[in-house]
Amino acid sequence: MEDRRKIPRTALGLGGLTGPDGESSGATFIKALTDKLVALASHVTKDDLDEQVSKTLPVKTLNEMGLDPFGIDVDTTRLSLAVLVYLHRLWFRTEVHGIENVPEGRMLVVGNHSGQIPLDGVVIALSMLLDSDRPRFPRAMVERFVSTLPFFSIWFPRVGQVLGTPENARRLLEQDEALIVFPEGVKGISKTFRDRYKLAPFGQGFMRLALESNAPIVPVAVIGAEEQYPSIADLKTLAKLLGLPALPVIPQLFFGMLLPLPIKYHVYFGEPLHFTGDPDDEDAVIEEKVWVVQQTIQSMVNRGLKERTGIFW
Amino acid sequence: MKNDGEARKRPAARATKVRPRASARAKSSVAASDDTAAESEPPKQPEAEGAVIITGICGRMGQLLARKLHRKRSVIGIDRRRFEGKPEDIIHYQIDVRRRKTQDIFRSGNIRAVVHLGVMHNLRESDKTHHSWNVVGFQKLLEFVSTYNVPKLVVLSSAMLYGPSPDNPQFLREDAPLLGAQDFHQIRDLIDVDMLAQSFFWKNPGVETVVLRPCHILGRVRNAASNYLRMERPITVLGFDPMLQVMHERDVVEAIMLALQPGARGIYNLRGPGELPLSRMFKLTGRSPLPVPGPLINTVLGRLWSYKATNFPKEELDHLRYICLVDDSRARKELGFAPKYGIEETLRAVNSEW
Repeated sequence: MEDRRKIPRTALGLGGLTGPDGESSGATFIKALTDKLVALASHVTKDDLDEQVSKTLPVKTLNEMGLDPFGIDVDTTRLSLAVLVYLHRLWFRTEVHGIENVPEGRMLVVGNHSGQIPLDGVVIALSMLLDSDRPRFPRAMVERFVSTLPFFSIWFPRVGQVLGTPENARRLLEQDEALIVFPEGVKGISKTFRDRYKLAPFGQGFMRLALESNAPIVPVAVIGAEEQYPSIADLKTLAKLLGLPALPVIPQLFFGMLLPLPIKYHVYFGEPLHFTGDPDDEDAVIEEKVWVVQQTIQSMVNRGLKERTGIFW
Repeated sequence: MKNDGEARKRPAARATKVRPRASARAKSSVAASDDTAAESEPPKQPEAEGAVIITGICGRMGQLLARKLHRKRSVIGIDRRRFEGKPEDIIHYQIDVRRRKTQDIFRSGNIRAVVHLGVMHNLRESDKTHHSWNVVGFQKLLEFVSTYNVPKLVVLSSAMLYGPSPDNPQFLREDAPLLGAQDFHQIRDLIDVDMLAQSFFWKNPGVETVVLRPCHILGRVRNAASNYLRMERPITVLGFDPMLQVMHERDVVEAIMLALQPGARGIYNLRGPGELPLSRMFKLTGRSPLPVPGPLINTVLGRLWSYKATNFPKEELDHLRYICLVDDSRARKELGFAPKYGIEETLRAVNSEW
């Protein structure tokens, strides 16, 4: 430990990364690195990340210690944004349509799920945070599998992702937050390339929540995610044996292409849908309402596909 | 034998202590005798009539509660262990709750409340011992509470009975199922105790039953959480940093005091000064943890446990992986409970001298 500290940081090009008292520790180093990366990303992408984050992070619901009860950590969020914003701006060059449809207050943002890893969630969240005049910091409802994965189990809550249980969703909607939900679940994200842009059947949970919390549903169509990691098969049996939710076969990984393909993303936000009724109604009644949402998103997807001129540009 | 002798000596002492109070109670019907007026004990509040039985009074929580309570009400302790530095006016029976003697205590005195803290949780003991002590003992106690019309029963259960799990919602309410035993079967007897208290609630609506389920209690108390934080180099599971809730042992005592108030009944989750990540806790205590990969730690800890080289069963590791957080809004609203100790004080308490 001592020896490492003796190496002059200026020699490593890390001058100015020591703490205020001259002594550098891991924590102050990471803090300083975060600041630099955020500044760099803000410079490159012309997004004022700090401003957007400070404007949108939930502040009214912090606990007695000034922490978010669901685990948001401001610096981890800033660091993650400073990396992911390149994906959003430079790699996917996301084009956002209809962001003005996103209302104030509580809402469920419901989208089509695709792309093997949930980058569609990232892009929707970044669109709402960076491309809107009324920025929001949405929280995505994630699969329980994530909380069993080392490191992801730390990272996801620190950037505002929440385990998708009805209790959590109810509590957050009660706090007038925006939630991103993918009712297709794992079935949607692990679709093979052959089934691209065909929505898998929606679950009903989100509709019951919307009715119960009186939250509008904002339909979202993400175009581009299906082509980022084309999968030729989903090895369901092997996945089950390994305890994974899905095991897609993605050819590009065999050629060493670990990053997603640089697809041009389009995100369409539709007008909010308001539903009324008994949240504890029979499945058939809820199913009808779910069907309306699913059809709306499917037709938004279809329209988006028709409008796009190319996959990569 | 020696213990029995001691216990036998006590009732005489108790009789002299209790009589003035009993006569004070009878003041309205019988004219107060002179020796009552001459009694130098501090005046008791009207509700303070009759005694409070504390089982497990010699444990840390029991002692804290007894010291707080004995100034206001007369306290009778039941515990097999010795009560070091016992205040004069507390009567302590050094017996096992399952013994016949316990019934005599209920029969002879004007018992107004029972606080059950006498739960055993020592994984080196067999399951059978646990069940006999915790479940059978508690059943006996419940029987006496209902037979002798004790109007109040407070049971200190634990929020850990919900069990840490990747499926848990961020905050568990009191109606969440107690699933802690699914991965940690040795706590089944503790769940049974909680369940017994719950069914007692329905069977005996005349008794005000309160079940308290606090989050990790920190202090001089010897429990897994406090022991863990006392470690010089605590281990963590690599890649996991769950949010945790901790509370000061004295705040728990405060909650028990509130639960003893007339009118309080029901099940209450208790939580300290907010939830925080485990890593943040180490930042506050200044300890640097040692992260170990999950599969490795499981095997190693299992081995160490079987060689008696560690006191941490590997099942407790789930607390370092997954969340088990409670929603305490009910205790705040209905009991009026609010933790007094901040996070720094709470964490410091594990090494404190008082």
